[in-house]
Amino acid sequence: MDSTIALILAQDGLVTGAVYALLATGLVLVFSVTRVIFIPQGELVTYGALTIATLQLNAFPKIIYLQLVLGAYLFTSEAIKLVKSQPKPPLVADSPKQRFRSLLPAFVQFILTPVGLWFLLSELQIHSLLEQMGIFLQVILTLFLVAPLGPMLYKTVFEPLSDASVLVLLILSVALHLSLMGLGLWMFGAEGGRSAPLLELSPSWGAFSMSGQSIFVIISSALVMIGFSLFFQYSMSGKALRATAVNRLGARLMGINVKTSGELAFFCAALLGAFSGILIGPITTIYYDSGFIIGLKGFVGAILGALGSYPLAACGALLVGLLESYVSFWASAYKEVWVFSLIIPVLMWRSFNHLNIIDEDESL
Amino acid sequence: MKSWINSAVLGVFGTVAVFAIRWFHPPEFWITLANYIGLYSLVAMGLVLLTGISGMTSFGQAAFVGMGAYASAYLTTVFGLSPWLGLLLGLFTTVVAAYCLGFITLGLSGHYLPLCTIAWGISLFYLFGNMEFLGKFDGITGIPPIDIFGYSLISGADSFILIWVSVLWVCIGLNNILQSRTGRVFRALKGGVLMAESCGVPTLHYKLLVFVMAAVLAALSGWLYAHLQRAVNPTPFNLTAGIGYLIMAVVGGVGYLWGAVLGAVLITLLNNWLQNILPLILGQSGNYEVVVSGLLLIFLLQKYPSGVLSWFIQKSDFVKRYFFSTPLQVLQGQDSTELNSTCQLGQLSSKERPVLGSPLLSVSNIHKSFGGLKALSGVSFKISAGQIVGLIGPNGAGKSTLFNVISGVLQTSSGSVEYMGREVQTLAARKRASLGMARSFQHVRLIANMSVLENVLIGAHMRGKSSWVGALFGANKKEEELLKQLALYCLDQVGLAHCRDLDANSLSLGQQRLLEIARALATDPNLLLLDEPAAGLRHLEKLQLQKTLLKLSQDKGISILIVEHDMDFVMGLVDQLVVMDFGTPIAFGVPSEVRNNPRVVEAYLGVQD
Repeated sequence: MDSTIALILAQDGLVTGAVYALLATGLVLVFSVTRVIFIPQGELVTYGALTIATLQLNAFPKIIYLQLVLGAYLFTSEAIKLVKSQPKPPLVADSPKQRFRSLLPAFVQFILTPVGLWFLLSELQIHSLLEQMGIFLQVILTLFLVAPLGPMLYKTVFEPLSDASVLVLLILSVALHLSLMGLGLWMFGAEGGRSAPLLELSPSWGAFSMSGQSIFVIISSALVMIGFSLFFQYSMSGKALRATAVNRLGARLMGINVKTSGELAFFCAALLGAFSGILIGPITTIYYDSGFIIGLKGFVGAILGALGSYPLAACGALLVGLLESYVSFWASAYKEVWVFSLIIPVLMWRSFNHLNIIDEDESL
Repeated sequence: MKSWINSAVLGVFGTVAVFAIRWFHPPEFWITLANYIGLYSLVAMGLVLLTGISGMTSFGQAAFVGMGAYASAYLTTVFGLSPWLGLLLGLFTTVVAAYCLGFITLGLSGHYLPLCTIAWGISLFYLFGNMEFLGKFDGITGIPPIDIFGYSLISGADSFILIWVSVLWVCIGLNNILQSRTGRVFRALKGGVLMAESCGVPTLHYKLLVFVMAAVLAALSGWLYAHLQRAVNPTPFNLTAGIGYLIMAVVGGVGYLWGAVLGAVLITLLNNWLQNILPLILGQSGNYEVVVSGLLLIFLLQKYPSGVLSWFIQKSDFVKRYFFSTPLQVLQGQDSTELNSTCQLGQLSSKERPVLGSPLLSVSNIHKSFGGLKALSGVSFKISAGQIVGLIGPNGAGKSTLFNVISGVLQTSSGSVEYMGREVQTLAARKRASLGMARSFQHVRLIANMSVLENVLIGAHMRGKSSWVGALFGANKKEEELLKQLALYCLDQVGLAHCRDLDANSLSLGQQRLLEIARALATDPNLLLLDEPAAGLRHLEKLQLQKTLLKLSQDKGISILIVEHDMDFVMGLVDQLVVMDFGTPIAFGVPSEVRNNPRVVEAYLGVQD
């Protein structure tokens, strides 16, 4: 291997590593706030990548149906909950007007927004505007189509069991991954898709050149990470998320709604997932089942950071990207084996430095 | 003895039934389906053991199935050796792999194991698919059938016998293990690791054991699969298959071995049905079985978190009473009061006793800090053998921390703990338990779904010697009987013998505290560490407990260190008192002296003007 190849591999590694780092951030966030190991984030990567590819072909993105169905289900269950929670006489129940009012936010979130998006998409498609609207608007539209799925899935799947053990939540997570992957096949077909590059540039320095896409990926990942850390440090919602992560009960006693925190965490993770998909879409062809492995690699990064620290997780993810890129040069067939074996030394190191026999479910 | 005969009868009867079904020549389609159900059941039983009973999860069982299958396939096709040697190689490689995987992950928090098994499942799939000598993604074909005494199991119907007889006997053997001292530890691993360690149980060893057992069952299934199918390729051993096995275990009933079989039946039939029906309804363009089975798992976990079988058993009293109750055999000829004679129990292992009055525990200059908080600073005191010492002090004085440091649940920051002339501050809790320290917990730690007697039996774990191998063949009955007598004797000491068959969580809080004392007694202690044992007891019960503790100390020379807030209770019980405040001892001496010590009065009541 000469230095040019080494540089090219390093560039590839950094680009994929930056994407894994975004995913690792989402995973750490969701895990620390809700204790869910969010395996289906990989599917959201697929959805992001393939939705923007669909838009660029001016095809109708079926993903909106997922929002419509989940929204209808959640709105109905909200409504049923409201009716059931009404006290019987002689206690005074809410007036019909009050009931309607308390359902209004759910109506807007679960019915109005998906239906509105659906109309918008149909109109845009009829006028062939989906492919002509410009890449920036396509990105925005994709995020609007994918990111709301995060809180919706949280409310449907995880919230009813939010006090269950990490293991049960993990099994739920894996089950959700299966369903979303199967739905991915239905929504996007088996062919796979590749979207147009986000930045058409190719600057070069001597023999070394970089694609605009790579530059865009690295810079935007860095910006997103900085944005998130500002959000956690300075905004009230970010602080509420951090508080929930440190101590759920304590956060509740301080008036933080941990369920809202959970929704917010899932929203952020879905946003990061969809955005990662948009970033990786032009680099490699994404199939309906590609997201799982991509998500898991983000995961390996997060484990390298012990599922707790954002900077460590990001560094771990970069390491995964670099390892993957160099290994595929020498032994591409064993690429996955190498990447997933990376967690073994880390786990060994941790288990020898961590003699605590007590599990998180049975603290002192 | 009786239960062993029962299981043997069931086994023989079941074996005959399997042969009978074969003799009736059921249609090929059903035989094939039954074979797959049997193969899945073996893996799912391992997962019930691992997930349902011991509270650990693996998504990588399919990879172990693959190891069993590939090992035998390779050995029989390349070297032309017997499938039985293939089985040995498959089991051997699986044990080694599972042991290594378990060794690096099982000491960590619960979610590292499932994550590691996901990585393992993916890696092994790609290894199978890329290794030249394993035929890459095409796999290995032309595998010979299994032969038994010269008779080749060529047809599916012949394999049917081997598969289902294996399922039957595996289930019976595992049930035997679950009824033994090994099985009780398996059940305690779910949420009771700290408690079990404090009773001297090496929990990591048992976690590894159960993980390896589950892997071995998977490998056995893989071996049967390879020789039934006569060909292997990587696809049936991928991660999705691993998830499928977990779904079967969860659906069936995570607490019961037969639930695994039920889960395998339900999921296999459902998949079969979905594969026929869904394309008709929804067209060919999607992978709908996957969607439906994912949604099904989510639905089941939300509605029946303990599995269909458990739910069914709880709903139906009839089923519960006739099929799933395990009534304790009445100990014949021994009324619980007669059990006070310990002559028979002498056969169980016991510990070296200290000479009365000799120094037993000596704590010197202990410091413990959590970050910036100094919980203990410079605590020293001594206990002589046979003494009862009370540890009192206002809330937050560091009493429980001191307890945890002495019993080994927490490590000291500095200072030494000397027990029977030996420095123990670096030893783990279970090592100290094996030296004769036993403790109760301030927040009771019982295994809720185990009976009162079984909870005490966990305390008696160290007293027995029989291993899981003995239990597998039902050879541990005599020792089991002795352990049960011992446990009953300990229960009687605290006055709970009449509650022995109740679920531990149905006792009142006061009784649960007494149960913790009984469990501690079952470890055969020289030093009892009791953390607020009288909290939640009524006045008369307190008097009774006081009497019991005095008797233990006088008759058996057991020393007791007790934390308690009820001053009347403490004053009438202890020989010496240690008073702590803000992490430092402020007084030490006989109760009457301490009561008049001005610093103690100040700590409890404030300064007098």
